[in-house]
Amino acid sequence: MMRSKKNILVLMLVFVFLPRPVFAMHIMEGFLPLGWSVFWSLVSLPFIVLGLRSINKTVHQNPRLKMLLGLAGAFAFVLSALKLPSVTGSSSHPTGVGLGTILFGPLAMSVLGFIVLIFQAVLLAHGGITTLGANTFSMAIAGPLVAFTIYRAVQKCGGKPSLAVFLAAFFGNFFTYVVTSLQLALAFPAEIGGFVASLTKFLSIFAVTQVPLAISEGLLTVVIFNVLTIYSKDELRDLSVMFEEGAK
Amino acid sequence: MRSFNENTENKRCIINILFIVLVVLISVFPLVFMKDADFEGADGQAEGVIVEINENYEPWFLPLYEPASGEIESLLFVLQAALGAGFIGYYLGMAKERKHRDYSVRQTDSPC
Repeated sequence: MMRSKKNILVLMLVFVFLPRPVFAMHIMEGFLPLGWSVFWSLVSLPFIVLGLRSINKTVHQNPRLKMLLGLAGAFAFVLSALKLPSVTGSSSHPTGVGLGTILFGPLAMSVLGFIVLIFQAVLLAHGGITTLGANTFSMAIAGPLVAFTIYRAVQKCGGKPSLAVFLAAFFGNFFTYVVTSLQLALAFPAEIGGFVASLTKFLSIFAVTQVPLAISEGLLTVVIFNVLTIYSKDELRDLSVMFEEGAK
Repeated sequence: MRSFNENTENKRCIINILFIVLVVLISVFPLVFMKDADFEGADGQAEGVIVEINENYEPWFLPLYEPASGEIESLLFVLQAALGAGFIGYYLGMAKERKHRDYSVRQTDSPC
């Protein structure tokens, strides 16, 4: 009798103190050593400040773009709430940063992504406050930067607009999780094989799972972009994201 | 001019429907063909690897608030998606109405 009571007590303690594997694709609360938490927060901070400035400037110059900015945020909100099954037998979610990046640039998207991450960290125990800096860097800074570079590159090479949007969203999503793996490998180098061994391990979890999701995210971003080219032509032109071909 | 626009709009509409169907197929595929998988979060697996690499690692900070159960967590996720989707719907309705209005204004203006 005593023993079973003790067991129950131990079980309760385990439940209270062990963070359950919350189904999050971001780095979980407390799972990054303090030094790295501080490091990634410091790295992310200037991007958020510059992003706020960029948003202020855009909205000040053209107030009617506010609604479109809201749309970009809402899109990231929806997509990052969709946890989809993947071919590896685990699930993960899209990031939704591609659209805002294409419309408003990577800096503005940093702020929008940051807001989504705060919401998820505080209300959903998804990601975390101590890992907010690292998660912001991967999802809201690195992802958008890659998406933006690819969008511009395809645009320059004369690729179709929908192809540029698809590839931007695909790689923006994919790269987010490559960075997450990098961050985890830096913080947790393996005893044998060090950083590289850890990186391979983390990449094998996140990256493969992420491929079909990145495709889905690319397709959904093209869908919303297509709708915008029909209904929000003027705004897209103001933001100079319309291809020359579209203006004909 | 108008028929050209309508054509491209119709084409985009069809492409959009195709793409949405494709997304559904991509998501359903693993569910149908991998019956044994438990589809746990990729982060839970990452946590396993962290423990494997460094057995002594203790998370040094716990979430300030954790949803009381899986159901409550789903509720909050649904809320997040619903808020976003609601705004997207509002925006598109507004943009469509605005385009329609601009078009009819242009129509009535031109003869004058």
